[in-house]
Amino acid sequence: MTLLLAYSAVLLSFASGLLALMMNQRQHLQEFSQDWFNKFPDCKERFQSVIADNLDEKPFPIMLRQAVFVLLGLSGVVAILAGLSVLIGNKVITDQLSLGLPWLPWHVRFDGLSGFFFLIVGIATSAISLYGPGYVNSYDESQHPFAVLGLFTGLFVAGMLLVLLADDAFFFMIAWELMSVASYFLVAFQHENSANRRAAFIYLLMAEVGALAIILGFGVLAGFADGFTFDALREAKLSTSWASVAFVLALLGFGMKAGIVPVHVWLPEAHPVAPSHISALMSGVMLKIALYGLIRFCFDLLVDVHWQWGVVLLILGTFSALGGILYAMMQTNLKRLLAYSSVENIGIIFMVLGLSMIFMANGHPQLAALGLLAALLHAFNHALFKNLLFLGAGIIHHQTHELNIDMMGGLIKKMPKTSALFLIGCMSISSLPLFNGFVSEWLAFQTALQVDVLDNGVLRSLIPVAAAALALTAALAAACFVKVFGLIFLGLPRSHHCEKAREIQDQGMLAGTSLLAGLCFLFGIFPGLIISLINHVSGQLLGETLPNDAALGWLWLAPVAKTQASYSPLLVLIGALIAGCISFWYLRRNPATAIRTAETWDCGFGGLTHRMQYSSSAFTMPFRRIFAKVWIIDEQVDKDMQGAMNQDVAAVHYRLQVQDHSWPRLYDPIAQGVNTLAKVVGRIQTGNIRVYLGYSFVTLIILLWVIS
Amino acid sequence: MNWLIAILQTALFVALAPLLAGWIKCCKCRLQNRKAPSIFQPYRDLIKLTHKQPVVSEQASWLFIKAPYLIFSATVLAATVVPLIAVDLPTSASADVIVMVGFFAFARFFLALAGLDIGTAFGGMGSSREMTISSLAEPAMLMAIFTLTMTASTTNLSFAITHVLNEGLVLRPSFVFALSALILVAVAETGRIPVDNPATHLELTMIHEAMILEYSGRHLALIEWASQLKLMLYGVLIANIFFPWGIAETFAVKALGYGLLAIMGKLAVLAIILAIAETLVAKMRLFRVQEYLSFAYLLGLLGMLSHIILEASR
Repeated sequence: MTLLLAYSAVLLSFASGLLALMMNQRQHLQEFSQDWFNKFPDCKERFQSVIADNLDEKPFPIMLRQAVFVLLGLSGVVAILAGLSVLIGNKVITDQLSLGLPWLPWHVRFDGLSGFFFLIVGIATSAISLYGPGYVNSYDESQHPFAVLGLFTGLFVAGMLLVLLADDAFFFMIAWELMSVASYFLVAFQHENSANRRAAFIYLLMAEVGALAIILGFGVLAGFADGFTFDALREAKLSTSWASVAFVLALLGFGMKAGIVPVHVWLPEAHPVAPSHISALMSGVMLKIALYGLIRFCFDLLVDVHWQWGVVLLILGTFSALGGILYAMMQTNLKRLLAYSSVENIGIIFMVLGLSMIFMANGHPQLAALGLLAALLHAFNHALFKNLLFLGAGIIHHQTHELNIDMMGGLIKKMPKTSALFLIGCMSISSLPLFNGFVSEWLAFQTALQVDVLDNGVLRSLIPVAAAALALTAALAAACFVKVFGLIFLGLPRSHHCEKAREIQDQGMLAGTSLLAGLCFLFGIFPGLIISLINHVSGQLLGETLPNDAALGWLWLAPVAKTQASYSPLLVLIGALIAGCISFWYLRRNPATAIRTAETWDCGFGGLTHRMQYSSSAFTMPFRRIFAKVWIIDEQVDKDMQGAMNQDVAAVHYRLQVQDHSWPRLYDPIAQGVNTLAKVVGRIQTGNIRVYLGYSFVTLIILLWVIS
Repeated sequence: MNWLIAILQTALFVALAPLLAGWIKCCKCRLQNRKAPSIFQPYRDLIKLTHKQPVVSEQASWLFIKAPYLIFSATVLAATVVPLIAVDLPTSASADVIVMVGFFAFARFFLALAGLDIGTAFGGMGSSREMTISSLAEPAMLMAIFTLTMTASTTNLSFAITHVLNEGLVLRPSFVFALSALILVAVAETGRIPVDNPATHLELTMIHEAMILEYSGRHLALIEWASQLKLMLYGVLIANIFFPWGIAETFAVKALGYGLLAIMGKLAVLAIILAIAETLVAKMRLFRVQEYLSFAYLLGLLGMLSHIILEASR
């Protein structure tokens, strides 16, 4: 039953993709329905008017778009149900599908870990399908055909779900490639801009290099096993060094997809150019699929984890978290900023996974379970709030045609609902108490503080430093999202578009966003709901769960023991409400002190304009100065002079460019190396047929000599 | 009963915060050869402000008007977590020290947003500087606190303080480092000299004041009260973690009374030290604050390392 639900989720998303292809087939559909009616005259009376109405030129595209998204939404809901049923039942279901090559059936396995990620995909897909119809309406059908968008969205979701179901390396890679290639077409959807084509190319290139690394990783495992099924790979007996090789390959492959520094560069290129609901899916969900792959590979397939791997993950995660948020802070393009912030969050997840590995390898499976729980919970939370923020960014873009946050401002009054939803997203991602982001961060700190049980002195001093880096990351994230919310929604409008902006009218777009915002708050107050589900995952994966009485109370969150640490979001919420209400009621009881509005204080000079507000580069200037080495900063001030003697300044031009170090340090040398190599190889390609014939002749002779 | 005492303790916290601010001002005035206002002056200011009609800019959104309540509530919640006169209260189990730092972050988030809401240059300047300083202060603070929590192997403040009490007077190098780090952070976070000057309105230097420039009336009262509360919270944190003696371990009236006297005495001494320091030290340039805070972080790190190397059980 559960497996049937999982299959139907996949099939529904395929179906939604195929249905989108009908967009250009209206003529054929009309002919087809005519044929049909001629064959079955009884149906004609009943259905003709309905079908004829819907096949009319005008309503047909709208109906079809809605139908596509309804199917996609159904697929999401079914995926949620499948995930919940396998998690609650604590089941492991295996199956074989006789697809593919005849001697290589596809092996399917649906267990707690897959179920948990099914839940993530399902929630995101449901929200997207509420949001989608309103958003895609703004695309011009002749330039950006919906058939392409709908088809590849369906294939993309199906690919992600299939990755989660795969139980052998072949099936895994096929599903993985389906996911990668489908998302490539989505990134390249608006291909008329050269920036979009470049972003899509970088994405495809890195996805394929990553896939190669994953294939090699599986290959190393398979070299010691008989077969490519995951069951066989689990049995493989690897020496430590071969296991480490496999680990590094998997880390490279999955890390490239997840966007770990320094292989993160495709994220900030690809996410801003894709349609917003697709960037939400890519950032919120696809990165989690890569995480799933890594967890599956390390904790499940490579049975014995080593603490050194944990240290590698911890260090890489720390660099990604800090680098991601510092780069995010400098961005002015909202979606690019959100993409960099995904790098940060993935970094946090990697850090906690690293801790989990370290504890596992040192023989503390219960603490490893705590770390895994924190990592999975943060993955879940990140999927919620990052989707929320991307969808919010989509709404803002839809209403103001603007993604540059330096051109926004004052939207809180024009778009009150969107601003409230976006505020929830910002608070969650800044890990403020009462919201879901805080819970996972709190658990991460609790995991790090258990370091006292370790024997190794280096680890014992390394982990608290990493925890302090996590604190710095959280504080920088709060600063970054104060900037984001403050510049977009508060202050005075900085452009004409924002002055004219109005609240979004489409109910679906608001509903999808509200669903995610509601979940952010719900799981911030009742984290126990999701934690008890994740507990089954760690039970299946590590053979150890959190102590029952400690973690599973709905009111208390006490991961280790109540005397060590506890947090009760509900009590905190009640306390906050009491304190807020008392002060609110007490201070406003006197009608004589009603609020009076007046002009803003302008120091007596008058004429405050929006140009006098802090801009993005002004807000982040102290950070730019303190962490100057992190970026490549190109700052120029030009003055236009006029008047006699050219002494008066007429205008000042300020230009700031902030660049990622990884391009000049890592990628440009690689690109140059490839070019030089190509030139060297190019020398033997003379373009002269006689020389080529000579090559063939020499090769033949050498081969003959080798054979004889 | 326990809950009642917990609520009373929080109320006491909120009620005593202006007194501490008044006492610091009084000490500072004496040290600077000025005539001191009464130590109850902050109460009078707060009452005066609540009776005034708040003037709000036309550009303000709902966030600007609601923010003072949110900031005040978050700070009060932080106060429920910190044991003032008695340990082992139920409220300190509902949130631990990491959550307390989270409450501060919550209050700061809304304060910074409120600074950006009107769209003046001052507000943005204050928000930007406040977020910069706090993001550097937070790791330093957590480093100091982690030293304590790892020694006591709990992040629950009440249990941690009990642990220190049970250990008796042991001179731990890690605690000395952590104490110094926490003091430096407390000065930075509460906006005192040398990081910020609470008494100035000079645009080049102000941080906290720049953000709240547009506030008036009861909104200003709430924010002022919240910042007084935050100052007291840091004071109590330092006093009760590192010198917990005197705090009530039972809920007998006598023990609670002694606890109250003890904490008032400790805070009075801390306030005098702060006043002396503020009189002796000049305010720093904004871009030297990073050095100051990285020094605090370094002290915290040293505390942590000396705990791991010298004191840990294995």
